[in-house]
Amino acid sequence: MIAVSILKRLLMAAITLFGVAVIVFVLLRVVPGDPIAMMISPGASPESIAALRAQYGLDASLPVQFLVWLKAVVVGDFGTSISLRRNVLELLAERLPATLELAIVALLVAVVLGGAVAVLGTLLRRTPGEPVVDTVNGLCLAVPDFVWALALVLVLGVAFPVFPLSGRINPGVQVDFATPFYLIESLVTLRFKVFADVAAHMVMPVLALGLPLAAIITRVLKEALLEAMVQDYILLARLKGMSSLRLVLQEALRNAIGPTIALTGVQFTFLIGGTVIVERIFAYPGIGNMAIDAVINRDLPLIQGLVLVFGALFIVINLLVDMLVVAFNPRLRHG
Amino acid sequence: MTASLLSISGLSAVSDREGGMPILRDVSLSLERGEVRGLVGESGAGKSTIAKALLGILPRTVRVTGGTVQFEGRDLLTMPARELRDIMGAQISLIPQDPQTALNPGRRIEAQLTDGLRLRRGLSSREAHARALKLLEEVQIRDPQRVLHAFPHELSGGMRQRVLIAAAFALEPKLVVADEPTTALDVTVQKQILRLIRDMQKVHGTAVIFVTHDLGVVAQICDSVTLLYAGKVIEAGATADVLQNPKHAYTKALMAAGPRYDRPDAGLEPVPQAVFEQLRAEIGIR
Ligand SMILES: Nc1ncnc2c1ncn2[C@@H]1O[C@H](COP(=O)(O)OP(=O)(O)OP(=O)(O)O)[C@@H](O)[C@H]1O
Ligand SMILES: [Mg+2]
Repeated sequence: MIAVSILKRLLMAAITLFGVAVIVFVLLRVVPGDPIAMMISPGASPESIAALRAQYGLDASLPVQFLVWLKAVVVGDFGTSISLRRNVLELLAERLPATLELAIVALLVAVVLGGAVAVLGTLLRRTPGEPVVDTVNGLCLAVPDFVWALALVLVLGVAFPVFPLSGRINPGVQVDFATPFYLIESLVTLRFKVFADVAAHMVMPVLALGLPLAAIITRVLKEALLEAMVQDYILLARLKGMSSLRLVLQEALRNAIGPTIALTGVQFTFLIGGTVIVERIFAYPGIGNMAIDAVINRDLPLIQGLVLVFGALFIVINLLVDMLVVAFNPRLRHG
Repeated sequence: MTASLLSISGLSAVSDREGGMPILRDVSLSLERGEVRGLVGESGAGKSTIAKALLGILPRTVRVTGGTVQFEGRDLLTMPARELRDIMGAQISLIPQDPQTALNPGRRIEAQLTDGLRLRRGLSSREAHARALKLLEEVQIRDPQRVLHAFPHELSGGMRQRVLIAAAFALEPKLVVADEPTTALDVTVQKQILRLIRDMQKVHGTAVIFVTHDLGVVAQICDSVTLLYAGKVIEAGATADVLQNPKHAYTKALMAAGPRYDRPDAGLEPVPQAVFEQLRAEIGIR
């Protein structure tokens, strides 16, 4: 049963990715803009332009181009970036970890912060504290990630320069990394000074990405918690001598958390989309930042590779979310 | 002469939700150790409000305007919250109306049944497990090991109510409040559950406040009965006395109306309009 449904999901995932690839491939070639025109010097001869076209396979018909590309991708060859003149897969492997670290830390911050405020708001229900929590949360909810980014730059970068404004690591920090996962690697190899530097660079982009998600989590989770808190089983548990905090965490949370997990999954994919602009603002060397350059340069192979990576990320996230929802619901767990 | 286990006197309450409308009007009743008292009245008569007052869980919108609720000589209404918490659940417990919503859908039966034992009695998980098994056997659950391991949705309504009865008796309370514990169940299961509550009550010597719509149920399991209308005690006494020799016209009309007077359509003769007019005149509602 489970094997069949997993197989089904994988098949669906492959079809989705294929569809995404087709759409992006066609769109990129239909919209105006010529990658070759971006890379040649003004006085280039028509012959040399044609030679470049042929070199990147852009002279063939659209279906042929697609099939050539697809055949290569299937065996792991994503081609060569036109603007950076490097293997696309290598570029992605370098940059994706930076974005993954950023997005996952932002997610963790959002879950912890959003969850804690939701529990606080639930404990404060029907007290003067509740409207305070709701109002602050409502404000956070209304502010999008890039506005957070700009506000953070002004406050923590310029007015009170506490955190570094850009990049992933201080260029003065001389370290060799064995992997592109700087944060994790510096932590597990116990190089705490390096870790602190990498973490400091992440603070502002993480907050910009995480705060809006935290506000959404607070709102949805608090509502579900309040709904759970008026159930009879809470009343009975209270009669059994449980403290209010314990009632929320042990009795209400497990029944309230389902919708929050599902929504957090969807919102996490939006957060990853948000890395494009936030990485740009903080000059953070992830795939989001790279995507903007790739589009500006009409770097077709790189854009296609990036889109596939984003697509695959979204699919994996959705799969994980569905599994989590089942894991947290005993009714689903038992068939 | 020892004091009654429970003695409610002159209890009055109003609803702040409905603009200060009286919910309880000078209600008095008392309960001896091991006594089963039926609390009867139509919907809105104030039965659940009395039950909630006993458990210290009155909604904020219900305001007590007078009277006392003495449990073993101490007034629950003025007791400090800490002491009240120690009594609730341990000395006074609840069998809820709807077994569907009274068990946490996300926790196994064992966890829910042993909360009180672990938190209140300081039992280890192993001791609590053994005690929970005993309790489930006592409420005649056939496969107690399996039930302990189950989630609520894996049990029938009757099974769940048995679990809740076991939980209500787990800490050997002196008083169990049962608020319409069978209305959510099938008719066939209702009888078994009634008998079970009666048996448990006898074995443990526990006093019970039994809230119901059904005079037939009262006749079956209650030693005494208090009949309410619009928050006012209309008639009270030993079950046999009240049922064989009802004094008030309302009581008589109810008995004529048949087993489920709250559903006049299902009864034999509906309560005559004149009786309601008499009641309202007595209580003083227009
Ligand atoms: N949370 C509340 N706040 C204010 N008034 C309430 C509240 N709950 C109930 N009441 C009022 O108290 C009165 C008595 O309600 P109660 O629930 O005690 O009746 P009941 O006898 O248990 O009825 P039922 O048989 O329907 O359960 C009703 O008029 C109701 O409107
Ligand atoms: Mg009621």
